[in-house]
Amino acid sequence: MLGKLTLDAIPYHEPIIVVTLAVVGVVGLLLAVALTKYKKWGYLWREWITSVDHKRLGIMYIILALVMLLRGFADAIMMRTQLAVATGGAEGYLPPEHYDQIFTAHGVIMIIFMAMPFMIGLMNIVVPMQIGTRDVAFPFLNNLSFWLAVSGALLVNISLGVGEFAKTGWVAYPPLSGLNYSPGVGVDYYIWALQISGIGTTLTGVNFLATVIKMRTPGMKLMHMPIFTWTCTWANILIVASFPILTGALAMLTLDRYLDFHFFTNDLGGNSMMYINLFWAWGHPEVYILVLPAFGIFSEVISTFTGKRLFGYKSMVLASGAISVLGFIVWLHHFFTMGSSANVNAFFGVTTMIIAVPTGVKLFNWLFTMYRGRLRFTTPVLWTLGFMVTFTIGGMTGVLLSVPGADYVLHNSLFLIAHFHNTIIGGAVFGYLAGFAYWFPKAMGYTLDEKWGKRAFWCWQIGFYCAFMPLYVLGFLGMTRRLNHSDNPDWNIWLYIACVGAFIIALGIACQLIQLYVSYRNREQNRDLTGDPWNGHTLEWASASPPQFYNFAVEPKVDDIDAFTEMKERGHAYHRPDSYAPIHMPKNTGVGFVMGMLLTAAGFGAVWHIWWLVIAALLGTLAAFLVRCYDNDVDYYVQPDEIERIEDAHLTAVQLDNTLKA
Amino acid sequence: MSTSVLIPEAPVRLAPEQAHDLSHEQDHEHHDSGSNTLFGFWLYLMTDCLLFASAFATYAVLFMNTAGGVSGKDIFELDFVLVETFALLFSSITYGFAMLAAHKQNRSATLMWLAVTFCLGAVFIGMEVYEFNHLISHGHGPQTSAFLTAFFSLVGMHGLHVTAGLIWMLVMMLEVSKRGLGNRTRTRLGCLSLFWHFLDVVWICVFTVVYLMGSV
Repeated sequence: MLGKLTLDAIPYHEPIIVVTLAVVGVVGLLLAVALTKYKKWGYLWREWITSVDHKRLGIMYIILALVMLLRGFADAIMMRTQLAVATGGAEGYLPPEHYDQIFTAHGVIMIIFMAMPFMIGLMNIVVPMQIGTRDVAFPFLNNLSFWLAVSGALLVNISLGVGEFAKTGWVAYPPLSGLNYSPGVGVDYYIWALQISGIGTTLTGVNFLATVIKMRTPGMKLMHMPIFTWTCTWANILIVASFPILTGALAMLTLDRYLDFHFFTNDLGGNSMMYINLFWAWGHPEVYILVLPAFGIFSEVISTFTGKRLFGYKSMVLASGAISVLGFIVWLHHFFTMGSSANVNAFFGVTTMIIAVPTGVKLFNWLFTMYRGRLRFTTPVLWTLGFMVTFTIGGMTGVLLSVPGADYVLHNSLFLIAHFHNTIIGGAVFGYLAGFAYWFPKAMGYTLDEKWGKRAFWCWQIGFYCAFMPLYVLGFLGMTRRLNHSDNPDWNIWLYIACVGAFIIALGIACQLIQLYVSYRNREQNRDLTGDPWNGHTLEWASASPPQFYNFAVEPKVDDIDAFTEMKERGHAYHRPDSYAPIHMPKNTGVGFVMGMLLTAAGFGAVWHIWWLVIAALLGTLAAFLVRCYDNDVDYYVQPDEIERIEDAHLTAVQLDNTLKA
Repeated sequence: MSTSVLIPEAPVRLAPEQAHDLSHEQDHEHHDSGSNTLFGFWLYLMTDCLLFASAFATYAVLFMNTAGGVSGKDIFELDFVLVETFALLFSSITYGFAMLAAHKQNRSATLMWLAVTFCLGAVFIGMEVYEFNHLISHGHGPQTSAFLTAFFSLVGMHGLHVTAGLIWMLVMMLEVSKRGLGNRTRTRLGCLSLFWHFLDVVWICVFTVVYLMGSV
């Protein structure tokens, strides 16, 4: 009846997990009580869970990302403290089988359930507005994608309390992840969490590509699209071109584990290197999926806060394209030590080095944009400057690692760990946090508190160097990754410094939480009345903050890259038309949520071999989808008088603000 | 900004159906319009194509790893597979006839050609299931060697796609008979058409790479 699931699956003998679960339980209960007390369940369901509005979905994606950031960071702090205390032969407080799950969960969560939702969240809020459209091409699909991401995140978190997570590292290489060496359910949780959320990501890629190709506002050519939209478009091209490979690799691993197939096994002709090739044929483009939108954010931030147009728009678009293409022909540098011939390794080494060229083009473009501009030192700008320095260091260590000879020495050492944290934190995460501060007023209607934002930045920046520069040293000193404890006295001091660094980053995260609280408390003073708090260049700033649910009452006409700047210069901004036409909008639907939850149940059933649950949940998913397909009541029209009321309120606020400034 | 703020004309509230017509004339970015759906589906097919590419690459790496067991030469029966192949190829033509009939708003002809296509697809799947069953009963199941793992997975994945296409076709036959051939239905028939022809193209690759090249 319950497959492999028994009461033993609950780790009640592990105090750390029990306390964590208790805290999660209490917080969940408090939330439920608060929702009931203030009668917000209906509001939550009608306005958020079932919403097909890309802006609301974007906000929910970012909430998911922030929650998972806390979870993933808790894992990080545990690892750093374990390594700081488990020196000189001491065993520390995390036994290996627990520690191994922690570093696996940390990697999976930070890449798949923190960075990806953060990136997709910002893309959801901003891209449709930047191209002047009212929604994405397939709003229901967008809602479904979000719930598939949540479904994967739920499975990872359920594994904490029921059973275990993979102990394989976030890459889950066979044969270690095969049935012989990982007989437990950990790898199965990994497989289904990644598979379900990965399909959601593929659908997002398809959706946003269709949106930018088919739904740009009249007059906006491809080479008029704002740079953030362009970098997201490249990222979406990478998503549709790489995520299917992950789907395939995971499906093969599933067949090996569930049906005794021999793709990657040691016996009967299986080849585990094939998994590693497929994994990185997805995994390397994936890091560019994460970082390209961040590059777009830095471009928007720098051009807005210097008050200048972006230097080298075309070269920026082309450089992003070059990075995207090159990103597909470098995957083998993740395993130079596989033993390919010197020529093969040289090819992948050289392509890897070449990626530094378009990236360098971008850095110079940002520098030239700042040159002779008047840079306003706001929080997003600080993140951008911090990125430019930090990412350059990470890029250079990457070029170092791309030399196959050097890689043989540094492979699997902490030097590598330092390198990829240097690029992912210093590149992607700093970018998302810049974007978070930059677009927060657009999404929420009030600006974030600058003082706490700057404190957060400095803690992150200093904490980052403190936590990761020692790892470069440790790599050179020969410390390998995924160690549970050490007994080399030369390493100790660096492990201590790295631990301190992690706590400084923790302070940075605390500052951000305080920032959110303070900003919410002072929201009335910090209202963004005009919808254009930074004197922005692009169309998202032409709407109110938060935007009207239909985004634009009239489709903006565009014939320039910085469309909104041009409108302001020509005096066309905030134009009130003679009359409004009805606007066609999609209706909210609960089907995406239902499908997401049913697939979570199917994934859980598959993990524990509860086959009736899998079959029932899959049939339920199909039924829900068919119900949606044959529902004719999926859209409605916003009437002109309602549009006029909303537009008048916005235009009045803009006028009032102009008068006050004058 | 005050210069651009004009006095609006009195708003006219439109009945929903009027509004619908009006907006179909004015609103060229109508949601879920046929061309968006077809384009989006085309993009999805490209992702599916890459999924098949991964399976083909894996087959190419593993097909020689027979672990001392049978190789393609020993088990493939080309005559049988050729019949299977022609069933699928003809089903693409008959689906094309169904689309022509749909564009002519000829409901009964559409249903007839969909039924013919369905039967041909079912023949294909039936023959594939027979082949798999035959192999497994002779001790050449996918658990036997990496070659057979890759063979069953690649061919089976295509077969699962065709099966999904058959189920979709049944649903579409119901839709056509109940709702006729409106815009939305024809868009969906168009998507299924893309899907069906795509599977045909993939099968040509399977036939060539797996069966033909495996038999020489």
